[in-house]
This record gives sequence, C-alpha cells and structure tokens, in this order.
Amino acid sequence: MLQFMLLFSRQGKLRLQKWYTAYQDKMKKKITRELVTTILTRKPKMCAFLEYKELKVVYKRYASLYFCCAVEETDNELMCLEVIHRYVELLDKYFGSVCELDIIFNFEKAYFILDEFLLAGEIQETSKKQVLKAIAAQDLLQEEETPQGFFEDHGLG
Amino acid sequence: MALRKVRNNIDRIFDKSLTDLIRGIRNNKDNEAKYIAACIDEIKHELRQDSTVVKTNAIEKLSYLQMMGYDISWASFNIIEVMASTKYTEKRIGYLTASQCFHDETDVLMLTTNMMRKDLSSTNMYDAGVALGGLACFVTTDLARDLANDVVTLLSSSRPYIRKRAVLLLYKIFLKYPESLRPTFPRLKEKLEDPDPGVQSAAVNVICELARKNPKNYLSLAPVFFKLMTTSSNNWMLIKIIKLFGALVPLEPRLGKKLLEPLTNLINSTSAMSLLYECINTVIAVLISVSAGTPGDHTASIQLCVQKLGVLIEDSDQNLKYLGLLAMGKILQTHPKAVQAHKDIVLACLDDKDESIRIRALDLLYGMVSKKNIMEIVRKLMSHVDGAEGSNYRDELLSRIIQICSHNNYQYITNFEWYVSVLVELTKVEGTKHGAMIAEQVQDVTVRVQSIRHFAVSQMALLIENAHLLLAGSAQHRSNVSEVLLAAAWICGEYSEHVQNVQSVLESMLKAKVSMMPGHIQSTFVQNIAKLYAVQLSQSEQEDDWDAVESLDNLMLSKLPQFEQTDNLEGQERACTLLEMVREIEKLHAQREKIAADVTALFEGELNPVAAKAQRKVPLPPGLDLDTWINEPPVESSSSESEEEPERKNGPTVRSEFAGFGAPRPFGEEAEPKKKYEQPSPEEMKKMRAQRQADIESNPYYMKGDAKATAKRPTKLASRKDSDEKAVEATPLDLQSPLEIPGVVGLNKYMEQQESTLSWKKAKKEKRKKKGKKGRVSSSDDEDLPVVHQVNRADGEMPEGAKSTDDEEEGTKKKNGTGDPYKALDMDLDQPLREDERLPVAQHRVASLDLGQPAGLKSKADKKTKKSKTPKAPKEEKPKKSKKSAKEVVDEPPPPPPPAPTAEPQDDMDFWLNASSAPAPPAAAEEKVSKKKSRSPEKEKKPKKSEKHHGKESKRKQRHSSTRSGEEFAENAPHHLAVHDKNEYEVASGVCTPSKQTNGAVEGSATPKKEVSTPTNLPPMTSYHLLAENAFVRMTYETRVSTADANQVASAVIFANVGANEIRQIEFNVLDSLNTKMLRDPAAPQGALKVPFNLPQGVSNEHVFRFAVEAINVPQKLRGTLTFLVETENGSVPEKIDFHLKFPCVSFTVPATIGSDAFSELISSGELEASSSLQFATTDSLNDVVRNLCFHGHFTVVDQQGTSASLYSQTIRAEPVCVLVKVQDGRVSLNGKCADQQLISSVLDELRQLTAN
Repeated sequence: MLQFMLLFSRQGKLRLQKWYTAYQDKMKKKITRELVTTILTRKPKMCAFLEYKELKVVYKRYASLYFCCAVEETDNELMCLEVIHRYVELLDKYFGSVCELDIIFNFEKAYFILDEFLLAGEIQETSKKQVLKAIAAQDLLQEEETPQGFFEDHGLG
Repeated sequence: MALRKVRNNIDRIFDKSLTDLIRGIRNNKDNEAKYIAACIDEIKHELRQDSTVVKTNAIEKLSYLQMMGYDISWASFNIIEVMASTKYTEKRIGYLTASQCFHDETDVLMLTTNMMRKDLSSTNMYDAGVALGGLACFVTTDLARDLANDVVTLLSSSRPYIRKRAVLLLYKIFLKYPESLRPTFPRLKEKLEDPDPGVQSAAVNVICELARKNPKNYLSLAPVFFKLMTTSSNNWMLIKIIKLFGALVPLEPRLGKKLLEPLTNLINSTSAMSLLYECINTVIAVLISVSAGTPGDHTASIQLCVQKLGVLIEDSDQNLKYLGLLAMGKILQTHPKAVQAHKDIVLACLDDKDESIRIRALDLLYGMVSKKNIMEIVRKLMSHVDGAEGSNYRDELLSRIIQICSHNNYQYITNFEWYVSVLVELTKVEGTKHGAMIAEQVQDVTVRVQSIRHFAVSQMALLIENAHLLLAGSAQHRSNVSEVLLAAAWICGEYSEHVQNVQSVLESMLKAKVSMMPGHIQSTFVQNIAKLYAVQLSQSEQEDDWDAVESLDNLMLSKLPQFEQTDNLEGQERACTLLEMVREIEKLHAQREKIAADVTALFEGELNPVAAKAQRKVPLPPGLDLDTWINEPPVESSSSESEEEPERKNGPTVRSEFAGFGAPRPFGEEAEPKKKYEQPSPEEMKKMRAQRQADIESNPYYMKGDAKATAKRPTKLASRKDSDEKAVEATPLDLQSPLEIPGVVGLNKYMEQQESTLSWKKAKKEKRKKKGKKGRVSSSDDEDLPVVHQVNRADGEMPEGAKSTDDEEEGTKKKNGTGDPYKALDMDLDQPLREDERLPVAQHRVASLDLGQPAGLKSKADKKTKKSKTPKAPKEEKPKKSKKSAKEVVDEPPPPPPPAPTAEPQDDMDFWLNASSAPAPPAAAEEKVSKKKSRSPEKEKKPKKSEKHHGKESKRKQRHSSTRSGEEFAENAPHHLAVHDKNEYEVASGVCTPSKQTNGAVEGSATPKKEVSTPTNLPPMTSYHLLAENAFVRMTYETRVSTADANQVASAVIFANVGANEIRQIEFNVLDSLNTKMLRDPAAPQGALKVPFNLPQGVSNEHVFRFAVEAINVPQKLRGTLTFLVETENGSVPEKIDFHLKFPCVSFTVPATIGSDAFSELISSGELEASSSLQFATTDSLNDVVRNLCFHGHFTVVDQQGTSASLYSQTIRAEPVCVLVKVQDGRVSLNGKCADQQLISSVLDELRQLTAN
C-alpha cells in the first residue's frame, strides 16, 4: 500500500502531498523535510530507491519535478515506479504536456486526478482512459454549475 | 441597502482568487510569511460571509496554504460547511481540503456522519464518489462504525465506479473498525468475481493487503486467486496476486509447489520487469518454504531465478541492479551455492557509483567469500574504505569487513597474522563506531588462536607505546579508537609472557594521557598495569636487581595516583587497591623480601572463550530462591555504601572489556580486591590450582589449550620478529600520517613482508606438516590452502547443566513488525458469523434491545474484550453460562465446537493442493492435526474427547448424505483427487459451493492419507451418493446450497468412467418439475446440458449443475437421463442411463450456530409455531445419533446434556429449525420446531431415516 506521495521541485518546494496513512502534522513535516533533502542530494545516476525507516521510498524526477512515493517494505518498488509514471502520464494527458506551473496553478486538479487514480493508497483504476473520463465528467458537472450560478451569487443576476 | 449589497459584491469580485494568491506568493518571495499572514486575515474575513462561493474560494486558498505547511485546522468547521454544499464544485473543494487536513483528532468530524451518509447515498454518482474518496483519507473509528453499512450497500451499486471506490475504502474501514471485517468479508469476496475488471482488481488489492498482514486466515482463498492468476492478463493485478501468494506460501509449502510452474512460465514469458521481479520474489519465498519442508529438486527454479537476477544486476538501469542485488540476498540465505556463480558481477557492483547499490552488494559479499579469495576481497574493501566519502558508508564498509572475516568463527581465515594486521590497519581509519568492534575482534582472536598471541601482543604493545598518536585525532575519533587501546592493554596484560619489553609497555601505560581516555579504559589499564607489574617484578626479583625493583615500585607509586582520579568508579577502586598493594609490597621490598611469586599468582590461569549466552544459561540451583532475603534488610544503610554498592555489583556484567566473552572469567578480576587482602599462602594457592585443574579435567565444556602449539611458537617467531623490525626500520617513516606507528605492521607492510621473507614461507610449510597430522576437516575446495593457525572455533564455555538450545528469545521475538492496527484484523474468516456480528445499521440502533446489542453500541472496554475473543468464536457461544464469572466459564464444559470450521478450509485446500502434486508428507498432515488440537486449549474434556473419538469425522460432519456411506467413499476417493484437479476452479467460481461459504456449509472430505493417519472404527461418512451406474459410467452426486442464493441449489455430479473405452459428448438432462428447474443455457431452455469434458478410460471428473427451487419444505425428486457416446473400435456407440436426482429437505439446510440463550429465547418466543415429533428404536448412543444428524442433517449442537441434545440449523432461506434429540432405553425421540409444518415433518422424517441407517 502506498503510504504517501510527494511532489517537490528541484528547489525543494513542495508542490503536492497526499498522505494515505495518518501522521501527525509535525511528523509529516519532518518526513517531508528529510526526504526532500536526501533525494535532492542524490546524483542522477543513482537508483531510485531509498530505505527510510520502515518504509521504502521510490522517487523519480520528471523535468524539474520530483515524484516521490513511500511504500511498505514488502511492496514492489518497480510497480511503485510505474504508479508514478502512470500518474505523470495522466497529468500529461490532462494538461497537455504538463509542466510545473500547471501543477502549481491547478494543484486541485492534480489532486483530483490522483484521487481518481489512487484511493486509500491502492490503485483504483489502471486504465488511463477511464481515469480521464471520470475527470472530464466531473469537470463537466462543474462547468454546468458555474456560469448560471456565478452572477446570481453575486447579486447581479 | 441594495446599493450596499451591490458594493459588497463588487468588493468580492476583487477578492483574491486562488490564482491571485499563488501569483502573490510567487511575487513576494522575500516576505512570504508576512504576505501569507495578510492573506489568512482576508480568508478569515471571507469565511464570515454568507455566500458559499466566497467561502469555497477561501477554503480553496486555504488548501493551498495547507500544502505549503501552514496550519489551517482552525477552519475545520468552515470546511465542513463547504463540504455540505449542494453544488458539486463546492463539495469537491470541500472534500479535497478535508481530505488534506482532517485527521483522527479533528473533533468536528463527528458532525459529518449524517452529511457523509447523505452523500454516499446520493443519486449523483460523483457525489458518492467524492465522499468515498474523502472518507478514505479521514475515516475515524466512529465514522467507520457508523458508515460501514452504507459503504457495504454501495458494493452492490450498479455503477462500477462506485463499487470500485467502495471496495477500496473497505480496507480503511476494516483497519479502523475491525469488527466489520467478518460480516463484510463474504461481500468483498464476491467482488473478486465482479464483471468489471476495475472492481475485481480493487478487491484483489484489498484482500492482498489484508492477507499480507494475517496470511493464515486467507489460505482458503488460494484456489480463487490461483484461478485469477492463471486467467488474468492485467499485470497490476497479477503483481498483487503473486505478492499475496508470496505471503501465503510460507504457511503451506504444497501451495508453493503448485505455484512453481505457473510462476516459472510467467518469468519466462513476461516482459514487464515489475511482474518479473514479483514472480522471482515469490519463487524465492516458495523455495525458502519448500526447502524447510519437503525435500525435492528445485535447482531448475533456483537456476532460473539466479540467472534472471544476474541479468537484472548486469542491466545498465540502476534500479534493476539494486533490486537484483536485493533479491539475490534473499536467495543467498538458502541457496548460497547458486549465488556464488555470480560472484564476479556482484563484486563489480562494489565499484558502482551509487552508494545504495554498493551497500546491497556488500550484503551479498559474505556469501561470496571463500578461504581462497578473502584476502583479495578484503583488500578491495580496504581500498574502498580509503576512497569512501561519507562516514555512513565507511562505517558500513568497516563493519562488513569485520563481519566477513569473523563469519562463522573465522571460517574463512587461514592466516590470522594477516587478520590482526588488517585490524590494526583499520584502527587508522576515521570511523565513528568500529573501534569497539576491532577491540572485540582482537581480543577474541587472541584468545581463540593461541599461536597468534605472540604476534598480536607485539602489535598491541606497539599500539600502547604509541597511544598518543592514536589519540591525537578529533574527539570523536579518539573515543572510537581508544576502544582499541582497551583491547591492546588487556592483551598485553593477559599475555604478558609474550611481551618483549615489559618495562617499556608498563611505562607507556602508566604515562598514558589519562585525561584523554574514557573511564572504563583507564580502569582496564589499571588492571593490566598490575599484571605487567607482576611480571616485571618477578623478572627483576629473579635477577636480584633491587635497584630495578625499587625504581619499578617508585614508578608505580608516582604514576598510579593519577588513575585514582578517574571518573569511572571501578577504575578508581582498582587504582586505589593497586596503589595500596604496591605500598605494602614496597614496604616488604624495603626489607628485601621477595614476593613476586605471590603477586604473579594473582593473575594465573588460562582464559577460555565463553559463550555469549553462558551467563544467562547458568541454571538456577534447586532450592535457591533469588527473591527471598538472605538477611532481613537493614533498617537504614549508610549513604556512601549504597552509592558504591550497585556499581560494584554491576561492574562485571557491564564492563565492555568482556563484551566478546559475555561472562566473567573463571579466575578473574572480580574476586581480586578481596584476595589481595587475604593474600593466600602459596600452599593454599597450590591447592586451589590443583582443585581447579581437576575441575577442568572433569568438565566436558572446558576447552583444553593446545600446549604444544604454544611451546613451539615463540622461538620461531622470535627470529621472525627481528626481521620484522629490520624491515620496518628500513622503510622510511611516513610522518604525514599521524597514525603511522613505527613498528606496527600495517596490512600493506605485512603483505610486503610476506612476499619478501623466505623464512616466513618456510615456517609456514613446516607448520603445515605438523598441523596436517591433526587433520582438521576443511571444505573441499579449500583443501589446498595452508592452515596457518589453529583456531578454537567452539562456541565457548557454557555453565554446567545448561541446556544447549538456541531457541530462546528467537522464538519469542520472531513476531515481525505487524503493527497494532493489523493485529486487530487477525480473525478467522471461515468461521460462521455469530448472531451479534452484523454491521451496525442506523435504524436498528434505536430498537435493537431484543436483538442483542449491536457491536457498535457496546462500551469501549467491551469492544476490546470482544476483539480479543473474535478469533475464538466458539468460546463466546455458550451464553447460558456467560453471565457467571469469567473464571467459572472456563471451568464449565463448553458445548461442542461448531462444526470444526477452522479445519474445513484446510481440508478443501488439501484436495486442491494435493490434486496435482504428490500428497503431502504425513508429517505435515499430522502436524496440522496437532495444531488444530492445540488451537483450542480452552475446549475441555468433552470436545477433546469427541475429537479424539471421531477423528476426522467431526471435520466432515456437515457433509450431505442420506443413504450412502463406507464403501462408496473408499471407492470414490481416488476419483476425488482427479476431480478436484480440474474442476475446483469452476466450483470456486460457482454460486453455491459450500466449501467457499463462510457460513459453515462445509464440504470436503479428508484425503485418503488422513484417513490412514487417524485410526477409527467408525465408518467414514460421505455426502456423495450414488446417482446411477452402468457398465460404462458411474455417477455420484452431492447437493450444495448456500444462503447467498435462497432459490438455488447445486448438484455436483462426479462422472466416473468405469468402462474400458473413452466416453464423449456427455449430455445431462432432467425433467423439470413445477418446483425445481435446472438452470440451462438460455439459448436452449429445454435442451440437455452438455458436460464440458470427455472421459478417457478410468478417469472421473466433476461438474456442477444448478437448479432453481421454489418450495423447499418438501423433498424433491427429479427424473433425468444422461446420454453419451462410447468410443469403441467399431466407432462411437450412443448410450444412455436414467437416474433420479433427489433433493431431500435436509439438503436445503445449512449449519448455523446460535447461542443457547438465543436458542431458548427462540423456542419460547412462539415464533416457531409448527412442531412435530417422532419416536423410534435405535441401537446407537446419543453421541452417535447426534454426530449422524449433524453430519447428514447439517445441524449444529447447541447444548448437550445427559441423554438429550438440542440441535439447530437454518434453511437456505434463513428459517430456523430446532430439534431436540433424546436417546433413552434404546429409543430415540425427536422433537422439532420450525415455522413451517410441512418442512418440519419432512425434516424429521428424513432424520429418522438417517438415524435408522
């Protein structure tokens, strides 16, 4: 089971964090800080796995963003890498060649996509098409709501 | 008014949107904190507005700030407001923020229960979806309990999207609310066969997670997963399934055997690395489990794995390299030989740029080392040590070097002088924690290898003389390396006879910079100063050199006081004692008295390695109670005494000086202080020594030293020593390295010397001749290597009477790191559900008083006890007595256990597992039986007895049958195996396979093997009845039902080809009655059903036919025909056979358990209006009758007392059936109660037939 997923930039700025197990806020910050420093100091040619406490940390760098996941000791590291890659593919499909700024300014979308792909730390849907379909359907739902509501809510309708 | 409203709205348009906020933060990099503080103020203001749009916007901004690390818990309530919005856009944001920042302690979560319930049941699929997703992040125990039922309801949603998410959420709910697992599990299991692949794989994910934490409860699912594995092509899911098998395999080696083939195929065929890696891992698990159990040749699989891993390791992808090494390490534990083939590629990884890969390669090294290559490998590692950056990796390297060398009591080391040189060399390395290790090694080697002592002592003496160099480094390095000085001092003291220049060593020790050394080392120094002093004294006295004696005494008296100031209490004590002693001696010396003999006598005696566990193993002498006072404790004790007392007591055990030996020395320093005052007379000493010698002789645990070896050694080495020194002198001193100590033979120098010194080689050869006679057994490939040193490789001394077992501790702490949350989920899923086990449903909670409290309402304490009891369901099922105190409950004879549900899946598994491969070894089967017995220690007398009596029968109690028995089974047994081979999967996927039901409908008969293993004089029971038979085919059948579908029964028919020819085109048809209809292919509603297999000669196979039934209160009988073609030499001949398929009423019942309280309530409630009774004669005892009814009639025993027993069962439509059996004077009377008159009469009638047989 995935324990958490972190996205951070080369400068160590956190871009997205999703925790599938309960940690105290303090602990979350500590883990994030430690992992970000460790991973940023690793050289590009190094393997993508770290042992961190009881967990295995798997990370991969895409352009300026690091994607970092923690799994349990007995989990399959390569599958975790594929999870990361699949998520990147999904972001790419959704945003159209995704870049860091997309994720910064549409971070909620990034969360939504992650949420369709993984749930409770497990893979929910392995088909890219299905995930994107679900996202598109929900976006549509939002669009239907917004325009007519907008002016009314502002007392201008 | 209106104007103000408009203005407000215009203001709001200028509110910051999320994008503005993000942009603002990016533009205010210098004073981010200030900017965000301002933003938070704005947000607080926005949250006070009424408009939900504004609030949503504010919450969205907060969620961004939360990610940046700001606390937003103060807005929890506002978040809930947004979550409750009717607009999806807002709800989505609300849930997102909630899932990011809510946690167990968020108290407002209590408020969300009803809102969540509403969302879960929303008609908008995405409302429910987003609620499911949110719940997955912040579910608490309360939410889990209150919403479990709602989530379970969603499992049957028509939308795969919802089902999928609900399935995944279940795992979180189980974790938070373990009581929900058992009632929900059957539903979850169904989802394994969901038509939607996404739901299916979600269910696999969840069960895989559950099973990995508590594998034994999921063993019975193996066939289902096996089928999934062989049919699925979804790699994501396959990985999970294979991982799950990896968890199951250690529990069931036979499963491993079954898996090997499909896994091997996958390994060979797949191109996905992740799948390949998972397969290899599981194969390794299989190999480990198999190697522990049955013997067998699996070299092919090992070879395959090792070969594939070799490919991974050689891959240029660092990730694969890493994982390859990791997995290789696992194989190494069981099959080291196989791994050695890849020595070269593993060694190559030591040069890898990536530190983590190097560390993995280091892990493997100890498997690669042999006597031949250890020097080379260590040299390589040493060169890495020099180049290593980062103290972490260097420490790792250092400890590995030492580990490899000391592996298995120096198994690989042939030349200990080389090893000591290595250790000395290592002291020069900047490390943080290897000092103690080196110290331990030097001491251990010196103690174990007598012949090395001279060399070791000379090296250690040099270290001591140059202690100031060692201590010159940083504080950290100093404290690390000074540990080596401890060993050096100890060795010089203990083996002082080998010290060349005692005077100089003694002076160095006395003049050491005391302040630079930790206290415990000073303490050791003092002790060994005393030893050296004794040696030097006796030498001087012998020579009658009173000047030397005097100057020695003076030296001691002048230098010792500095040790009195040490911060180590023991050191202080030793220093004081020694100082006083020297003063006394000096007085005697003043009178020209020689007392050296007495002084040296203090330190006589040989030390032997003592096993690490020896101290713990000292057996407690009988009659000794360590807890009683020897004397009554004094009323008050002086403070100074109490301060020193514990220190002294703890001294011997804590001192790290003996870390390597683990126990006090037989003749040691502990006793010294006292002895010094006593000053035993020489006679006494002699006597004691003689006594000790006798003890040693008679003590089988005492390692006797090899006197010869020591005797020869020094002379030889003495000559060498000279050459050493010359060589060292010849080499110019390298002053740049502060640690270069003149005279200390470093590794390089040592190697150089080896090559240059002829005498050494000669000596070696000579030695070899001598040692050769002793004929030490060495492993074959190392035969040709010279054994330079004789090593005492024994485990060490153990106290007399100690048992030499290794089990203690290991056994207890084996429990791997399964955290608490998972332990709670350790429950037997094959046990039938109890009355009270259901998910709390909202409306029930109000009026549930008569139903027994639902779990959700119970108090916390109650819940806890229940949790712990869950796995032992039977214990809970004797409510009549449950009101009495717990103690009494234990004493009461509990009712017979429910139909051995734990055993049943096992039996099923036996079939499945034995199907393809050889039957399990009887040992395993027997073990299982004994396990079962031990599993229920609280089941007293009666159940145990009955288990003994009935042996395997009790397990098969529930099998259907009305007429057949004995011979039938015996004849069918072999067919069974064949049948299950192919058909189990189909059965598994079926609707109504009793074996797969958790509610106790049990199938499976014991394997023939088991039949043999438990002798029994009762006829074996079977629920397979003969259906029809002719010269070609023999049909037997069993009826299977399940409560999952109350309108269906299934009939499993075994077709056995008893003729001499192949049978093809088998078609099965029955004449439907009004009540019972066969479920056919919708395309051919009237036609015969084709049986999907052919039967070659002598083969039998099983097929399941399903029937829809209307009424179940009357026995059914269907007429049918089987047609088939018999292949003869003259072509195919059509044949047919008629039969009558019977469904008696009891075949529609399933065993159910009920507490006796609930049972009596049920009887007296008047709910069961219909009753019937019967009487007839019998020769059987009550036990036999009950057993018979339970097995064939699917009843469970509620209570059995004296001559009567009450039995309980349920129809597949959940109607209770209660029967009271009395056996008295050869007559059986049956009283039945049930809601349906027709049903109860039919049942009793059938029961009579059963009993009469």
